[in-house]
Amino acid sequence: MAFDFSSATVKAWRRENGRVGVRNHVLILPVDDISNAACEAVANNVKGTLVIPHAYGRLQFGEDLELHFRTIIGTGANPNVAAVVVIGIEPEWTKVIVDGIAKTGKPVTGFSIEQKGDFETIRQAGWKAKEYVHWASELQKEDCPISDLWISTKCGESDTTTGLSSCPTVGNMYDKLLPQGIYGCFGETSEITGAEHICEKRAATPEAADKFKKIWQAYSDDVIFAHQTDDLSDSQPTKGNILGGLTTIEEKALGNLEKIGRTSTYIDAMGPAESPEKGPGLYFMDSSSAAAECVTLMAAGGYVIHTFPTGQGNVVGNPIVPVIKISGNPRTLRTMSEHIDVDVTGVLTREQTIDQAGDALIEMIIRTANGRFTAAEALGHREFSMTKLYRSA
Amino acid sequence: MSNIPQLLVHDHADNVGVVVVEDLKAGTEMLCVVTSDNSDFRLTAKADIPIGHKVAVKALKAGDTVIKYHEDIGKMVGDAEIGGHVHTHNCKTKRW
Repeated sequence: MAFDFSSATVKAWRRENGRVGVRNHVLILPVDDISNAACEAVANNVKGTLVIPHAYGRLQFGEDLELHFRTIIGTGANPNVAAVVVIGIEPEWTKVIVDGIAKTGKPVTGFSIEQKGDFETIRQAGWKAKEYVHWASELQKEDCPISDLWISTKCGESDTTTGLSSCPTVGNMYDKLLPQGIYGCFGETSEITGAEHICEKRAATPEAADKFKKIWQAYSDDVIFAHQTDDLSDSQPTKGNILGGLTTIEEKALGNLEKIGRTSTYIDAMGPAESPEKGPGLYFMDSSSAAAECVTLMAAGGYVIHTFPTGQGNVVGNPIVPVIKISGNPRTLRTMSEHIDVDVTGVLTREQTIDQAGDALIEMIIRTANGRFTAAEALGHREFSMTKLYRSA
Repeated sequence: MSNIPQLLVHDHADNVGVVVVEDLKAGTEMLCVVTSDNSDFRLTAKADIPIGHKVAVKALKAGDTVIKYHEDIGKMVGDAEIGGHVHTHNCKTKRW
């Protein structure tokens, strides 16, 4: 019997701003690299918290600094996060992060280390973190329509099986759930190369197509042609892609674009870590094709579940967003099945249709939203990788 | 004979397909399925070809355009006989 998606609900947390989260983290969030140690100490002292150490946040400027702030604020603002303790070396940038997260209405408090030291900061932040853990752990889940979910996608360690099975599975999910009113997101600017003419045609409006084309062209001109030594052949396709049978960037891009399905069109193209502003629908996000960087940017954009097709077997996860892995490669299922949540090998043996695989993914999305740990969560994959645009001052 | 295919082809316009089983040996008479309409045909593999790698379903000469997904994915820089292996040794992007 066909699955009636329109009446599907999930048990999740509705946040102060109306958004729905499927996890309930209390984050200890460093503004900068040198505040990692204090944040880790707080997370060690107060159980039920989650610390996200990272490598940057000092002497950045211009667009690169804006992206840093947007990524950190977006991570704290994500509906999978209940409350946030922010720690930075100095008060001014710490306040920028706190004020950004506070716009969601969720509890957030900042602490700065200068004139105080790590010990005193850890003591003060620890009290606040403990208060947040008590408060967050009593928040109750409620029934939320599936249309309240924001679901992003990016594939990794792709091979020719992703274009045949796992990517069209995600595409089928989008073709079914976008009409229900979810927010979707795809990106990977460099991996569209070779299928940019097709991607341009999948825009819902000429404005969206134009924005996409400008983003893609800027990446090609400013990054590839500015820094290339010969061409992208040594990194796109990757060595893993080539081992999996992908020969050219065009072949990889065509498989990649299978993730947006047959009927879906994107309504806007946005910058890295930006939040969608045009209502429910599918969005393109300018983003790296490196797995952890891309998922980090989409999580910062507000997406609460990530769907990740893989061929050769990428193991990536994210600290705050459950990453659902889908694979159709029988060798990958044989050798590293602990990483895969949805097995679509039946698509290759012709025992499962793409329509059935799409339903299986939607069922896993619902189970994950209801609380099932993904493989990446169970295995402790919490990769948080900031995208850096250029060298710091 | 098993009805599980060894080779999948996205579209009738394509001149390559993808091996979807492990340990495919030269000489195997492959069941090939075109996924766009589930039609099938038989083709003999001319080499041991790893899972995920491409097979020429039409004879290809250097300079020919390689078609997959009904799209141009690059050009042949060497020949491949029908049933032969198509990969980085004989196929390259036209972009660079």
